[in-house]
Amino acid sequence: MNKPLRRIAIFCGLLVLALLIRDNWIQYVQADSLKTDSKNRRVAIERYGTPRGDIIVDGKAITGSAATKGTDYKYKRTWKNGEMWAPVTGYSSQIIGASQLESLEDGILTGNDDRLFFRNTLDMVTGKKKEGGSVVTTLNAAAQKAAFEGLGDKKGAVAAIDPQTGAILALASTPSYDPSTFAGISSKDSKTFQKLDKDSDKPMLNRALRETYPPGSTFKVVTAAAALENDAVTDIDAKTDSPDPYQLPDTKTNLTNEHGVCKNATIRYALEQSCNTVFAKLSNTVGNEKMREQSEKFGFNESELDIPVRAAESVYPEDNRPQNAMAGIGQASNRATPLQMAMVASAVANDGELMKPYMVDQLRASNLDVIESHDSEPLSQAVSPETAQKLQEMMETVVKTGTGTNAQIDGVTVGGKTGTAQHGVDNKEKPYAWFISYAKLSDGSSPVAVAVVVEDGSANRGDISGGGLAAPIAKSVMQAVINSKK
Amino acid sequence: MSSTTNTSTQHTSTIGAIGTPSRRNTELALLAFAVVIPVFAYVNVGLALNDQVPAGLAAYGIGLGVMATIGHLVVRKFAPYADPLMLPLATLLNGLGLVAIWRLDQSERLQLSKTYVEASPRQLLYSAMGVALFIVVLIFLKDHRVLQRYTYISMAASLVLLMLPLVPGLGLDVFGAKIWISIAGFTIQPGEFAKIVIAVFFAGYLMVKRDALALASRRFMGLYLPRGRDLGPILVVWAMSILILVFETDLGTSLLFFGMFVIMLYVATERTSWIVFGLLMSAVGAVGVASFEIHVQQRVQAWLDPMGEWELSKTVLGHSAQSMEALWAFGSGGTLGTGLGQGNSDLIGFAANSDFILATFGEELGLAGVMAILLLYGLIVERGIRTALAARDPFGKLLAVGLSGAFGLQVFVVAGGVMGLIPLTGMTLPFVAYGGSSVIANWALIGILLRISDTARRPAPSPAPNPDAEMTQVVRP
Repeated sequence: MNKPLRRIAIFCGLLVLALLIRDNWIQYVQADSLKTDSKNRRVAIERYGTPRGDIIVDGKAITGSAATKGTDYKYKRTWKNGEMWAPVTGYSSQIIGASQLESLEDGILTGNDDRLFFRNTLDMVTGKKKEGGSVVTTLNAAAQKAAFEGLGDKKGAVAAIDPQTGAILALASTPSYDPSTFAGISSKDSKTFQKLDKDSDKPMLNRALRETYPPGSTFKVVTAAAALENDAVTDIDAKTDSPDPYQLPDTKTNLTNEHGVCKNATIRYALEQSCNTVFAKLSNTVGNEKMREQSEKFGFNESELDIPVRAAESVYPEDNRPQNAMAGIGQASNRATPLQMAMVASAVANDGELMKPYMVDQLRASNLDVIESHDSEPLSQAVSPETAQKLQEMMETVVKTGTGTNAQIDGVTVGGKTGTAQHGVDNKEKPYAWFISYAKLSDGSSPVAVAVVVEDGSANRGDISGGGLAAPIAKSVMQAVINSKK
Repeated sequence: MSSTTNTSTQHTSTIGAIGTPSRRNTELALLAFAVVIPVFAYVNVGLALNDQVPAGLAAYGIGLGVMATIGHLVVRKFAPYADPLMLPLATLLNGLGLVAIWRLDQSERLQLSKTYVEASPRQLLYSAMGVALFIVVLIFLKDHRVLQRYTYISMAASLVLLMLPLVPGLGLDVFGAKIWISIAGFTIQPGEFAKIVIAVFFAGYLMVKRDALALASRRFMGLYLPRGRDLGPILVVWAMSILILVFETDLGTSLLFFGMFVIMLYVATERTSWIVFGLLMSAVGAVGVASFEIHVQQRVQAWLDPMGEWELSKTVLGHSAQSMEALWAFGSGGTLGTGLGQGNSDLIGFAANSDFILATFGEELGLAGVMAILLLYGLIVERGIRTALAARDPFGKLLAVGLSGAFGLQVFVVAGGVMGLIPLTGMTLPFVAYGGSSVIANWALIGILLRISDTARRPAPSPAPNPDAEMTQVVRP
């Protein structure tokens, strides 16, 4: 009977071997995909099982973690002044999931990032509990506050950039929401989210990054840049050949001006008084192709602008001649995000060089070791330094004596451009008030460029103007940045 | 047949050689590890969960130590030549099982469940009862051949045990499987005990009938086909397995009994044809039953598509998320595991500490830990078969291989089911899983194997002075 016994012994050995192979399959080969399966509840437990790392502004955390009574999710996310910071951080909700920075930097915030592996292994050996790292942003708390409070009850958005580095200093959007109100997992959290999601005022829309608007007259800066770069205009103080009213090419439609004496006006005067006729004609002279090229140098038509949260694509499309002429005054199918218009102002302020905007300065481990650090990098040379110089002169005239006087700051040179963008069928809807500007210190350096848009639904139609509604907000944001530099 | 006799004679002479070491000290040293390792694991869980050494440490350590010591002393006294590995292996697995069950008792998630009971004190009691039965077996079963007398009583007893869960008012239906009975508040799984009793019956029956089954056959296409009337017993056992499957909807027990019978039949007759028949019949039986039994179909479905079943379980009653949850537990453990007490295997929910307990080891001790545990089981099985090889009597051989084979099959069926290698069947992982019947019956099983191995390795008694000795001297070549 021993021969079959030996065979049974081998058979039993094979059974064990089969189990061992299967075990290697699920615990080694497939381990990672099983472990990170989004339906595997451990993923969420991990995210909320330990205090989440913080998002830092000016050395202070703008987020936090609160212990909860739940068995699965021990901590939930909290925000300090969540409404103000929501456009920067996004949300991190146990029941909904995460968005924006909270989602993109989740690995660092939970402490699961691969770059923390060695540290985590070391902690495991020494018995230290795993902690999330922190995300250090480039934002300026004072500027953000000025932007958020400046917008107040109005619908709108503010984006502010440091022209020399591309660092984002303020990113506000109103009406906003407090992500703390649905950070948990209860049905109340769920209901709050549903309500916010369905709100017709779209509080969860990040207008500064994710909404595109007709740029209106602020786009005239881009048109002026294209005209100067393509030698349609060489001297900003020379008379242009511009009729008033201007008949749009290939049409019988006459374009007029809101104010100013625009017939044959110089380009400096045309920008100061926001002459539609001059810039529509210039756009037509430069042509659709060159206009598009110039816009793209400023960042238009880029569908993957990640800061690291992806911004919506600002567009300057291929178009026929009349549409292209209208696009030259920002009133056709070209659209821009507030971030995009801030980039335009920043490129002008930075002598024509456009820096890539970014809002995460450093990723840090829980012991403050820097895991990753952002180096500012140029995105393009939008215009030549000479052109930039001329644009600066013109924009400074706008603030000194033109439509943008509300943005003047004592002791600081401010360049800007107002805009009042018509929209809706037959332009019946209440227009958007725009203002883009930059500040220049006495040493010639420019610490801030800003774009403000107010889509105001409450004021009288006549009152809505970039200079009246948007410029004061831009001014206080610039002031806040300058004060914090001192 | 003659060759077999020859080899067994040779074995008898080698194993029976004077001076075989008893190996009891080896066993003692191994037992020390088998107690210390679970104690460390217990401390580890306590530190991981509450940052402190668990309060019950002394009681647990002493309890496990005392059980092991008494077991060892009894073996030393009553079965001095028994295999030195099996007692330490069983103790280690039992100890680790207790730690895992205690760890799951601490789970807040499971504590919220309506069916929660604190399982570890009960399991400790069951383990003590198991070791007690182990001791009783060793003390009172002086020679395993005594069991041979109870061949047909065993058959009757095993049938009764298997039918008990079907008795109205006694049997319980737990999530579709009817393998439990309830007596005085305790639930018992008679199948676990039937496993041993039926092995006794098979061994006794096959020992008597092996020649008839092996020799009276016709040769056909290279296979020895048994005579029709000799097919009787295998058909009866097959029918019984099918009945268990149909009425108790218990795939595991059914497979276990039939597999055990085929193994023992093959060993008894040395005819490969029986294996072929066995495999054919189990295939026919399984496919046949699966074609109309919804419970079996569901298990197969969950095996083929655990994720789909998981999705369904969120909305449709009667579907189970457990297969997928178990896979996630294994996957999340990875190579080295999260460390004891730091995993989330309690997400499996119901039966996390019984049928699915291997997933807890998988998540918290990782691939390394599970492979170690599987190898421990492999060692027990192979030591059991080694005992069968060493045994000098056919009954002992058959009983030892039957018990070890059944043990091995059970481990394969439950571990393979939990890891998604084969469809899941409701069975317990011997010694580790929570369940009184399983622990007690398996301790008895180890007791019987130790008894057989003691008999096998015991030096032949020095021949009594025989007046005829000189006259019957054999001259060997």
